[in-house]
Amino acid sequence: MGPFYKMGFFSEQTGFVIALLTGAAFGFWLERAGFGQSRKLALQFYFRDMTVLKVMFTAIITAMVGLLYFSLFGWIDLSMIYINPTFLWAQIVGGLVLGVGFAIGGYCPGTSVVGAVTGRIDGIVFLLGAMSGMIVFGEFFPLIEKLYTAGSMGDITLPKYFNISSGIVAFIILLAAVGMFVGGEWLEKKFGGEEA
Amino acid sequence: MKESKFMSPYLAGIGLGLTMLLAFLIMGRGLGASGAMMRFDVWILNLFAPAHTASNAYFANYAENPLSNWLVFEVLGVMIGGFLSGALAGRLKFVIGKGPRISNRGRLIMAFGGGAIMGIGARLARGCTSGLALTGGATLSLGGWVFMLCVFGGAYATAWFVRKQWI
Repeated sequence: MGPFYKMGFFSEQTGFVIALLTGAAFGFWLERAGFGQSRKLALQFYFRDMTVLKVMFTAIITAMVGLLYFSLFGWIDLSMIYINPTFLWAQIVGGLVLGVGFAIGGYCPGTSVVGAVTGRIDGIVFLLGAMSGMIVFGEFFPLIEKLYTAGSMGDITLPKYFNISSGIVAFIILLAAVGMFVGGEWLEKKFGGEEA
Repeated sequence: MKESKFMSPYLAGIGLGLTMLLAFLIMGRGLGASGAMMRFDVWILNLFAPAHTASNAYFANYAENPLSNWLVFEVLGVMIGGFLSGALAGRLKFVIGKGPRISNRGRLIMAFGGGAIMGIGARLARGCTSGLALTGGATLSLGGWVFMLCVFGGAYATAWFVRKQWI
C-alpha cells in the first residue's frame, strides 16, 4: 500500500533517484505540450491559445480521479499524502503577484526551466529573474512575515471546508473542467489567429 | 531537423497527471519547481555569505544542505526530460520567444522583471503553478485552488498592459 516512501519501503537516497525520474517525465510532458515557449504560454491570457488551461486541468483531473480510485482500491492511504497547507491571505496575494509576473515574464518557474534547457534565452533570463526575486523576498522577509502567515488554516481541503464528500467535489471539478475544455476550444476558434 | 508539432494538450495533460499520480503513490507528494530555485539560491548565498544566510529568518530554513532535497533532484530531472523532448522534436534552438512588436532587449527586460515578480509571489504563496496549483489542485487543497484562481486573475488583469509583448 502506498505511499511507498512514507511506508518506509526505501531510503531517502532512493527517493532522490525517483525524484530525478519523476522530474524527467514532468519536463518531458511540459516540453511536449509546448510549454518551453513563453509566447505559447502567454497567448493563454489573450484567449488565442488555451493550451495552458487544457493541460493543467487534464493533469489535475487525471491525478485527482486516480488518487480517489487508488484510495477506493486500498492502494494508497490518502491521509499520508502531503496536502499543501492553506495560508489564505498569503496565497491570495502571492497568487495575484505570481499571475502578474506570469503575464509580464511569459513563464512560470517549472516552464522556465524547460525553456532554458531548450535554448530559449528569455527562459534563461526569466529563471535568473525568478531566483533574484526570491532573494529579494528573503531579504525583506521581516517586513512581509505577517502577510506570509496570514490566514493560516492548516491542511484544509475543499471537501473539509465545504463539508461535502471528496467524490462530489471531484465530480464538480470534473464537470467544470469539461466545461472549460469546451469553452477553451470555442475561444480558440474565435480569437485564435495564425498561431493557434 | 524540422520542428515537430506539439502534442495534443489533452494527451500531454494525461501524461502529466499520471506522472503526478505516480509521485503521490511512490513518494506521497506531488511535483514542484520554485522550492528548488530557492534552494539553489541559498546554496549560492552560502558560498559567499554563510553567516548572512544563517542569520536571515527565511534563508535559515534552507541553510543546511540546501541541495540535499527531493525537489532539487526533481528539477534536475525536469532539465533532462525537457532537453530530451526538445531534442527529439527538433526544438533545441537559441531564440528569444516574443511577439512581433517588441525588441529583443525589451523582451529580455520583461522576462527578468516578470521572473522577479513571480519569484516573490511564489515565495509568498509557498509554491508556484507546479507545487501549489497543480499538486494542491489534485489533492483538493483549499489554498491550492484559491491560489490557482488568483494566478489566472492576476495574469488576465495584467495581459492588456503588456499586449505589445505578445500579440
